[in-house]
This record gives sequence, C-alpha cells and structure tokens, in this order.
Amino acid sequence: MASVAAGERPTRPPAIVRPRREGTATWPLADRICHALCWAVGVGLCVITIAIVVFMLVKGITYLRPKLFIEHPAPAGPGAQAKSGGFLDPIVGTFIVTAIGIAIAAPAGIGLATWLNEYGRPRWLARTVESAIEMIAGVPSIVLAIFGLVIFSRPFLAFLSQPGATVALSQSFIIAGIMMSLLALPLVFTATRESLTQLPPRLREASYALGKTRATTIRRVLLPSPQMRTGMATGVVLGMGRIIGDTAILTILLGSTLKNEAVGHVPVWGTLRGTGSTLTSYIYNNSPAGEGGAPQKAYAAAFLLLMSVLVLNAAVTRLTGGQGGATRLTRIGRRALLTGVGGNG
Amino acid sequence: MAVGVLHRPGRGATAGIDQQRAVKADRRAELTLGALGVGVLALIGLMLVTVLINAWPSFSANGLSWFGSGGEVVTQFRAMQSGTPLPGHSVLYFRAWPLIWGTLITTVPAALIALVVSTLAAIFLIEFAPASVRRVLEPVVRLLAGIPSVVYGLFGILVLVPYVNEHLISNARKASVEHVVQLNGADLFTATLVLTLMILPIMIAISAGALSAVPPAWREGSAALGVNRWRTMWRVSVRTARPAIAAGLVLATARALGEAIMLSMLSGGRPFAANPLDGLTFFFEPVQPLAATIVKEFGGQSGGPVASTIYAIAAVLLFSAALLSLAAWAVKQPLKRYGIGA
Repeated sequence: MASVAAGERPTRPPAIVRPRREGTATWPLADRICHALCWAVGVGLCVITIAIVVFMLVKGITYLRPKLFIEHPAPAGPGAQAKSGGFLDPIVGTFIVTAIGIAIAAPAGIGLATWLNEYGRPRWLARTVESAIEMIAGVPSIVLAIFGLVIFSRPFLAFLSQPGATVALSQSFIIAGIMMSLLALPLVFTATRESLTQLPPRLREASYALGKTRATTIRRVLLPSPQMRTGMATGVVLGMGRIIGDTAILTILLGSTLKNEAVGHVPVWGTLRGTGSTLTSYIYNNSPAGEGGAPQKAYAAAFLLLMSVLVLNAAVTRLTGGQGGATRLTRIGRRALLTGVGGNG
Repeated sequence: MAVGVLHRPGRGATAGIDQQRAVKADRRAELTLGALGVGVLALIGLMLVTVLINAWPSFSANGLSWFGSGGEVVTQFRAMQSGTPLPGHSVLYFRAWPLIWGTLITTVPAALIALVVSTLAAIFLIEFAPASVRRVLEPVVRLLAGIPSVVYGLFGILVLVPYVNEHLISNARKASVEHVVQLNGADLFTATLVLTLMILPIMIAISAGALSAVPPAWREGSAALGVNRWRTMWRVSVRTARPAIAAGLVLATARALGEAIMLSMLSGGRPFAANPLDGLTFFFEPVQPLAATIVKEFGGQSGGPVASTIYAIAAVLLFSAALLSLAAWAVKQPLKRYGIGA
C-alpha cells in the first residue's frame, strides 16, 4: 500500500483484542442445554458424514480391481458378479456427458451473466431472465428429463438419437448431455455473476475512460481478470460436479444399456447418438434397485464417483481461496449450495 | 490541458472509423447475449407448455379426481400398459393420492427435522464452533451436498435397509400386516432419514449465510447488555434471519420433492398409502413418492397412456417446484428491510 516514511510505525488497524470467552457455567439451564445441542448437532453431522464417506470408500476400494477399468460391462446374472464385466463404458460415458453438458453450459452461463450484469437492458427483461434461471435451478432434474424426452422425440430431431417406431427414441448421449447442461447452467451463471458484481469498479471505469466500448471492456478487461477467471472456473467445476452426480436424467434419456452402443457407422457421432451408461446409471443398475444385482460392482463404481466428487470439492476449495471462515460458505458456497452441488436427482 | 486526441466514451461526432466499428460490435454483442436471455425464457415457456400439453389427456380423462384416491396405482399402471382398461373406466384411469400422500409424508417430516437440525448447526457454525472444528465442519457440509443421490441410495439400500429390516422391525410386526403389505426395511423411516440428510446442507448454508449477515452491531448491542451468547444468537440473529431460514426451508422442501433416484431406491417402491393409524408400524410401511414413480414406471416410450400419466406427474412436480420457488422469494422479502441481501 502507501509507502511509509522510515522510522514511522506502519499504520495498521489496532489489533483486535478478543475478550476471554465467558464460560457457560453462569448461563440458565435452558441456554446450556441449547448450547450443548448445538455442539451435538455440529459434531454429529461431521461424524455421520465422514462415517458414510469412509464406509463407502473402504467398501469401494475393497472391490476395486484394475481390470474393472478396462473391461466392458456385461449383464450380470444372479450370483455372477465375477462375470459382469468392468466399467470402462460408464467411465467414458461420464466423460462424454460431462463434456457435452459443460460445453453448452459454460458459454451460455457466462454469456448470460455478463449480459445481465453489464448490459441488463431492458430492465424488465433482465429481471425476468434472472428469475427464469433461478427457476431452472429449482426444477427437479427428473422433470427436466421428462421435458427432454418430449422435445427430442420429435421425428425431425431423430438425427440426435435413433428413429423409433413412430417417433424418435430420444435416448442418447447427446440428448442427455444437452439436458444436463441445464443443471450446470445456473451454477455457472451464479458464480460468474457473483464475481462480476465483486469486481472493483475501477476496472470498468478505467476502460471506459479510454473510450472502450462495453463489449471490448468485457472481452479484454473483465473476463481476463484473475477474479473472473476464478469465478468462472468455480462455476464450471460446480457444474461438473452437478452433472457427474445426476442420475435421474440418465435413467430417462440414456437408456438402460450398460454398454455404450453406437448408432450407424460414423465413429464419434455414432457413439454420441447411441445409448450407454455413466457411472451413476451403472451404480443404479447394479444396485439391488436396478436389475443387475451386482452390489460389489456398484460399490466399486461408487468409489470412483465419490473420489471425483472429492476432487471437484477440493478444486472448488482451492479456487475460492482455501481456508476461510463462515464467509467462504456464505459467498460462493452458499449460492452454489443454493442451486445445488451434486445432490438432487 | 494539452490533450492531443480526446477519446469520448461511446459514440460521438468525433469518433473515428474504428470507434464506430467498435460501437457496432458492442451493439451486436448486446443483442446476441440478449437473445440468449430470451432463449432461456422461451425454454421455460416451452417446458411449461409441452409438459402440460402432454399431460392433458391424463388430467382431462380423470378430472380433479386425478388427485383423489381410489384403487391401486400399480394395477392402474398395468392396465395402461396392456391397453385393457379397468372395468368401467377409461384406459387413462388414474388416482394419484397414494403417491401424493407418499410425497407428503416423506417431504414434510424431512423438512421439519432438517429445519431444527440445520438451524442448530448453522448457529454452531457461526457462533460456537472453534476455528479448528469449523475448518472440518465447513468442508463436511459441502461434501454432504456433493454426494450424488445415487450414492446415498446405494448406502441406504445396502446398509440401512438390511439393518432396519433385521433389527428394528420385529417379526411380530411383520406378521401383523403380512396380508396387506410386506415390510422389508425399505420404508418411510429409512427414506425420510436419508432425505433429511440430503436436504440438510442447503438449509445449513442458507441459514449460516443469513446469520453471518446480521449486522455485528446488533449482536454487540445485545452482548453489551450482558445477554449471553446463546440468547444473543437466538433473540437477535436467528430472529433477524428468520425470513432466510424460512426461505431455506421452502427451497429444501422443493429439493426433497424432486428427489427421485434415492427415494425410488429406498422408499420400498410400492405405491402404498401408509396409514398413520397403524401406530409404530406406520414408519416401516413402504411408500412411493411422485418423483420416484416416474423413475419406476417409465418404460422408455414417449407416447401412450402410461407416458401421458407420467407427464401428468411431472406437471404436478413442475408446478409445485415453481410455486415453492415463488414462495421462497416472497418469504425472503422482509430481509430487504434490514439491508441483508440473503
């Protein structure tokens, strides 16, 4: 900051002297009970969550074998766990769906956020769009799936999946990915918006003072600034977490074949048009709830899924600045949680 | 002032060719991005309209009794699948009450339990937790939000369901309702338990956000009057943050309402209207909420009576979710008065 003359003590805000916390011994009994309850809930929550995660990880790693990564899934008969193959296809599937979803959601979310924050005209339109995005965030993913089913079953959209008897099948990676982008969109949008509002005004003012237009300012000054990069990256990572964790859209829009089955003979496009599975639908189908009945495979796949969630979580923590008090949770975290990381569906 | 060329911001008579081009580009960018916004609006509109249009046959065939009770949901679905209507009814005959009831008795208790737990947890996080505990609790809450629902479902179905089945439901209890329904541990109790855990993080995050946004002076004022930390928190902070906590409750309810995968795995998967008059057995009876029904009954086809009924269920969910979003917004408004943007 400002240079300080030699010998002069740097002007710092006075150190905060925290008074010693009062004990609870003097509190009324009811207050002490509530205080104890707070502790119980806080610690209990930690214990339960860590117990669940550790249990799933340990179970998962017990059943994880290297060959699971390179084998294609096969239908499991009762008691035929050993024969039910690996999860190469689901891993590929998860990558495909996430890539498509993010490829749509990231530009759309960032574009919408900048439009709303930098242009925002006419006011009523901006406000309506904002509520619309909030509403998308609130729509259950199973409803999004049903919506996708209706839209993409139009015969003229059959090139995205495969033609059925009368209408298009409307089950394919590309369709699932498109609908998944709607899950990630609100997250990218809120994270970008949040960091745009927190940019110091001098950035814009300096650029405008040089006679630059808003479009140039956005492209050359605002978006390349480190804060914005962090914000956008956070949004994208949160969106990825959301897409990776969703199952409802997949059960409706990706079909229940465990193998990725291409349609037609065009190499990449055929796979995108075809049905298949991702880690979440693999877990669902191999759990006792699906038809597979191969819980060990489900545990192993859940291990992978949980690990990716943990990695994404760590990435968000890093991006948003590592440690941080409650404010961290309230800033980006709260908004993100509001629209949901993983979770729902 | 010895300024050579005065660049005026934006358009102006002195603007050069480059400047004019830039202004045009700016206008183009604004229109493109604005069109994206209009696209989002169109998408929402399209969603409402298509879901409603496709749901209409089911609603119009059943009228308002769609929401009523009558008959077994499973038999109705089978009748639709085979195309042979139940005697005396149209092929679209459907009574959704068991499913609506299933949604209510899982969602409402989960939301209420989560309200108490999340408020306490948020108070703990903001006020009482030492820095070391907070450093653990915060990532834990985020992790809890990040666990995919299929993993919750897997944990439930492989761990909780067998446990409940073996240890909490006695054989006598199973025998007592044998002729009506089979109790196997996938039930109201298990489903509500996991659902509560799943909606906790949103509520904690919203409550903690609002609590930490309460102006410090208000809390300090209370503390200066000798009020202890709990009372200050409860009487000043929680009271101020009440609208945000209520909004969190509403949003969490919306989340619980839309939860499909976990509930389809854990709630027993039988559209059975669990009866509170059964005493304790009530908690161990299977239920099937609306969202889980979509997962269960979806057969892959996008037309026909089954599909129409599924669209109708989706329409009900969509409108409930929209109403709840609206309610959350309305409930938050009083906070603006305090200048707390939560």
